[in-house]
Amino acid sequence: MDGGSGERAAPLLSRPLVSLRGVAKRYDSGTVALQGVDLDIGRGDFLALLGPSGCGKSTLLRIIAGLASPSSGTLAWPAAAQDQRGPTLPRLGFVFQEPTLMPWATALANAALPLRLEGVARSEREARAAEALKRVGLAGFERAYPRALSGGMKMRVSIARALVTRPDILLMDEPFAALDEITRFRLNNDLLEIWQEAGFTVVFVTHSVFESVYLSRRIAVMASRPGRIETEITVPAPYPRGEGFRTSSDYAAICRTVSLALAGAIAA
Amino acid sequence: MTLAPDEAPRPVAARRVFFLPAGTWPRILMPLFIGALSLGAWEWAVRAYEVPHYILPSPSLIWATLLRDWGSLSVSLWITLRITFAALAVAAALGLLLAVLFAQSKWIELSLFPYAVILQVTPIVAIAPLIIIWVEDIRIALLICAWIVAFFPILSNTTLGLNSVDHNLADLFRLYRASRLQALLLLRLPAAMPFFLGGLRISGGLALIGAIVAEFVAGTGGRASGLAYRILEAGYQLQIPRMFAALVLICITGIAIFLSLGLVQHLMLRHWHESAMRREG
Repeated sequence: MDGGSGERAAPLLSRPLVSLRGVAKRYDSGTVALQGVDLDIGRGDFLALLGPSGCGKSTLLRIIAGLASPSSGTLAWPAAAQDQRGPTLPRLGFVFQEPTLMPWATALANAALPLRLEGVARSEREARAAEALKRVGLAGFERAYPRALSGGMKMRVSIARALVTRPDILLMDEPFAALDEITRFRLNNDLLEIWQEAGFTVVFVTHSVFESVYLSRRIAVMASRPGRIETEITVPAPYPRGEGFRTSSDYAAICRTVSLALAGAIAA
Repeated sequence: MTLAPDEAPRPVAARRVFFLPAGTWPRILMPLFIGALSLGAWEWAVRAYEVPHYILPSPSLIWATLLRDWGSLSVSLWITLRITFAALAVAAALGLLLAVLFAQSKWIELSLFPYAVILQVTPIVAIAPLIIIWVEDIRIALLICAWIVAFFPILSNTTLGLNSVDHNLADLFRLYRASRLQALLLLRLPAAMPFFLGGLRISGGLALIGAIVAEFVAGTGGRASGLAYRILEAGYQLQIPRMFAALVLICITGIAIFLSLGLVQHLMLRHWHESAMRREG
């Protein structure tokens, strides 16, 4: 069951996009949030970080995003270092569990925020934000304020904001956990569609076995006290995946395997 | 990627009666009804018991005096209003500026905030005479007094607002390497706006009170001509209806300031803030 870079994990180049070695995070209070994390994430990969609450999966995501620094160990971007012309670090997109929109700004202004912070001219950033909103199915809602949008639509704006910079890697912290199941399924399919079209890397934090199996190519199963990666599982199912996959016996079998691995990790 | 038809919420139109939402009418009519009832009782009592007008004038007499003396009273009202608004403007500008400064550095906040509190808790009546003696120009002296009273709510509210930014949004700004100035202009100031406007609404009334109190102090020295001075003057001359007329003007002014700042608040926040939303259904 172990081992990630199997023959089906398609566009893994020789150098991974992100590489973590012996990463640990200790807080001043003495709590060990993460310990001994070794992880390689390839270009175009879809990796799920699956684990119970308190296993440090959000902390791991924040370390990759640069929002938290590891207490020990290293985080490297091997694929980016060899690229001389562009910016040294790859472009990041981050989606929080809450939509985290600016309530005083329209959907368009919210989606355009990363470009505005980069100093992109108004006409260009609005055009690109409108394009991103269209991509997440929100064409026509550019002028709407967040409070006029449903929970699912707010999350779509949040995804559009993460996509607007055309990121190399999209970091998602339980983005659909607060949504109802029907909306969640819909957003799962839409996310996969965008991912296959754009080909960026996704790191997706979730506590749902079903969601991790449905979405990802690879699942890092995590355990807590101290937070660590217990095992990695490659999901042996081809893309595109759709509702047919969700109801297939293959899907059920993989979910069972992953559930057992998760139960083992929690018990360990 | 497309949006499913049931995913978008449908806007609900509120039922309107004579241009205002149906639920607003009782809020306007009930206080008016109580007011009319009290005025009627007052008028009746004064007439029935033949209370002399130098003890308690009837509402109709106060109204007649207000109309008769409108010339001199309106001049005084204008003077008081100018001081009030100047003080409010200075309080808003300085309060905002200082709050922004506090938000930039915890050290500045730690060192200066206690002095802002001292300014706030010092009774204005006690220090107004000093300020009036120290400051040559009486209008500036009055403005300083009104400003001292009006300043604190804006400062403390805005400081609170600047510090109540959504942590995830702040992280997002960090992720995209926003500068301090960008974070201030695009995140912290907009987030503090409802707090600032709430402070402004409190300060509007306080600026008027501060101006009137200072005018009283100055007026005892015969050095002012605002509404408070008219009240003093009328009191000395036992023109009680005129005293009441000036008082009515002060009340109306205070209510008008409160309502207009409320309107400003509503107009600026109506698109997004919970406070400006009408609950429907």
